[in-house]
Amino acid sequence: MFGQANVLAAGQAAFPPSVEDFYLPSILPWGAHDSYWITKFTAMIWIAVGVLIIFFLATYRKPQLVPTKKQWFAESIYGFVRNNISVDMIGHAGVRFAPYFTTLFCFVLLTNAFAIIPLFQISPNSHIAFPAILAVISYLLFNYIGIRHHGFVKYFKHALIPPAPWYILPLLIPIEAFSTFIIRPFSLAVRLFANMFAGHMLLLVFTLGGFAMLNANAWLAPISVVSWVMTVALTLLEALVIILQAYVFTVLSASYIQGALAEEH
Amino acid sequence: MFFLSAPEGGESTHNPIVPIWQEIVVGSVAFAVLCFVLMKFVFPRMEQTFQARVDAIEGGIKRAEAAQAEANQLLEQYRAQLAEARTDAAKIRDDARADAEGIRQDILAKAREESDRVIQAGKDQLAAERATIVRELRTEVGTLAVDLASRIVGESLADEARRKGTVDRFLSGLESTGAR
Repeated sequence: MFGQANVLAAGQAAFPPSVEDFYLPSILPWGAHDSYWITKFTAMIWIAVGVLIIFFLATYRKPQLVPTKKQWFAESIYGFVRNNISVDMIGHAGVRFAPYFTTLFCFVLLTNAFAIIPLFQISPNSHIAFPAILAVISYLLFNYIGIRHHGFVKYFKHALIPPAPWYILPLLIPIEAFSTFIIRPFSLAVRLFANMFAGHMLLLVFTLGGFAMLNANAWLAPISVVSWVMTVALTLLEALVIILQAYVFTVLSASYIQGALAEEH
Repeated sequence: MFFLSAPEGGESTHNPIVPIWQEIVVGSVAFAVLCFVLMKFVFPRMEQTFQARVDAIEGGIKRAEAAQAEANQLLEQYRAQLAEARTDAAKIRDDARADAEGIRQDILAKAREESDRVIQAGKDQLAAERATIVRELRTEVGTLAVDLASRIVGESLADEARRKGTVDRFLSGLESTGAR
């Protein structure tokens, strides 16, 4: 986990950063490049899961009508997703999806946040595997909900045939099918992955760029400082992106479920 | 898509858009664990707490309304009782006043009767005594007058006087002048 920091301290980091900077050597076995079971990324996933479970179980061990501060905090996270995402997007029926959306939101938010938390400093979501899992779950969920709500045939009719004149349908049906059943999960996963990937890449460019300039020529030191100031500014921007992407992922999942449940277009 | 993951100039061996299957396994298991714990043990209880809170607030409002209604009812009852008590008190006062008046009248009447009786008795006694005195006096005065006249005239007039009722006539005449 400290590999990055060591690399930076030793001044060995290659510039420009490449995709390989996202594939760190594994923890167990130490330093292996082809083992993916126990790496910084899987460790971060387990840490995120552990932190969330401990946080919610600890704050909600003994719920009271008049909440303590911690209980209130946990409740306001759930209340935010429940009221501002589930109920707002789906309506009253959305309450039953609120537990999943809250879990999803917290998980994405925390794993995203690792991008700027010291010592972690990279989000697991910059590996597409993790956003892909979440996107697949959302995809299966909204299709399952739609089929259960409308019945198999009616759901696909409902999803594929927009209310349009018959002569335009040959054009519209493939577009609808493509966008609903292929683009949706893909875009959901790629949006989150690309944001986290690009955010980390930006921070790498500016951080390593500073070192690269310093190593190349001592006269470039002031520009290195500018580069690092940019890193700080971009970290703040990254904080915004972290929250926004967690929110967007949850809202879009809710929106797909809402679309699957809707009676008309 | 896999052609993208082919090494480019021996530098890049990873393609960021191709997921690592080990990570998919780890991520799925980890997220499943997270979902299981949170969706089973935490969020349903939160929903219950929310519901309990709503119930507590609504129950509180209901209880307050019930208490308010009861209080209003009691107030009405007390007002009715108070009005009743006031009427009763007024009636008792009126009765008492009437009783007192009656008793006063009775006592007055009795007293008047008693005084009348006493006065009457006194008058009767006086009249009786007077009659006795008058009778005695009449005899005595007649005797005295006849005696005196006998002395003056020098002879006994007593038989004469008795015979002719002179003394009685004289006294009657005195009485009538006295009465006038």
